[in-house]
Amino acid sequence: MKSALVTVGTTSFDDLIESVVTNDSLRILKSLGYKRLVLQIGRGTLVPESFSSDSFTLDVYRYKDSFKEDLQQADLVISHAGAGSCLESLEKGKPLVVDVNEKLMNNHQFELAKQLHNEGHLFYCTCSTLPGLLQSMDLSTLKCYPPGQPEIFSAFLDKVVGLQKETLNTLKIPVNPVHEM
Amino acid sequence: MVSLLILAAAAGAVVILLVVRLWAVLRPQHVVSRESLTLLIVAGSGGHTTEILRLVGSLSRAYSPRHYVIADSDVMSAKKIESLEHARTERDSAPEYCLHRIPRSREVRQSWFSSVFTTLHSMWFSFPLVYHIKPDLVLCNGPGTCVPICVSALFLGILGIKKVIIVYVESICRVETLSLSGKILLHLSDYFIVQWPALKEKYPKSVYLGRIV
Repeated sequence: MKSALVTVGTTSFDDLIESVVTNDSLRILKSLGYKRLVLQIGRGTLVPESFSSDSFTLDVYRYKDSFKEDLQQADLVISHAGAGSCLESLEKGKPLVVDVNEKLMNNHQFELAKQLHNEGHLFYCTCSTLPGLLQSMDLSTLKCYPPGQPEIFSAFLDKVVGLQKETLNTLKIPVNPVHEM
Repeated sequence: MVSLLILAAAAGAVVILLVVRLWAVLRPQHVVSRESLTLLIVAGSGGHTTEILRLVGSLSRAYSPRHYVIADSDVMSAKKIESLEHARTERDSAPEYCLHRIPRSREVRQSWFSSVFTTLHSMWFSFPLVYHIKPDLVLCNGPGTCVPICVSALFLGILGIKKVIIVYVESICRVETLSLSGKILLHLSDYFIVQWPALKEKYPKSVYLGRIV
């Protein structure tokens, strides 16, 4: 069953939830073949009612221990721009649409969405442009996301705190950006 | 009048002493060889915790005991930490970790002005905690909670109690601009790590290791 997952992490993002349950958005999702829409609403105050019919199911919850399962099954993820949510989805190889919350101070999350979009890993929009993007996007153009390398961090830290006596040359600390565009 | 002058002179002397001590604490230190480290990790809410736990997960057994500091209103972070440490238990023989809670310095979208007061309130709890733990290293990545902790760690050095290494990793969200915590701690940390080249260019003092989360 083709399913789409909306996630806001631990935040409250009522505008996104509202824009995704409009008749317009649901119609677009159905026309694209989605039969299930899961809304992980976090701390949001807007709680749409779950329903299930022959042709379509809407599941709504705040948090679930088995969230990873919903993520695994999703064919599309629509997420807020939080790093955790974005990275989790990208690392699972999921097509990702990031909805940037225009009400956040300085909107710093937008920087990450924009950068990852420039690298071809996701699409981004705002709540008002979401339906249009869903209609027009081509998910096949998205590129695979190479995971981060925390081992480079641990090697660096070991050296500077005195746990290891290795020279800079042998540690392979990259001088140039590791991910070319 | 004279007593006022004496008071002003004394205050001035204290400030100068503090500045000199701060300079002594912040200048590059000789690397001390060691076999283990007491680590204090500041876990913020949501994505901050996810990121910092990825970094902690990559560290060796030498980083033990691990003290996690979270905001008292943060339930999700506690769960994620326990989950990571539980997984480590299967890998290492004797896990040592502890969870500590302090009042949050600043809620999301809280005004800058009121944040000053809530941060001072957090300091009241942070300093005794840091004094008690006396970590070798503080690791943080940007939530407001980390500022009072790092300032407390600096005070341990300023007061001559212990030099604490402060390592700040700016969130992967920060591509072109620093967070407020980042701007405050850029010159107060020993190692300030950024994950995008644009930040390395803007802040040459920072360390760029590529994407590490």
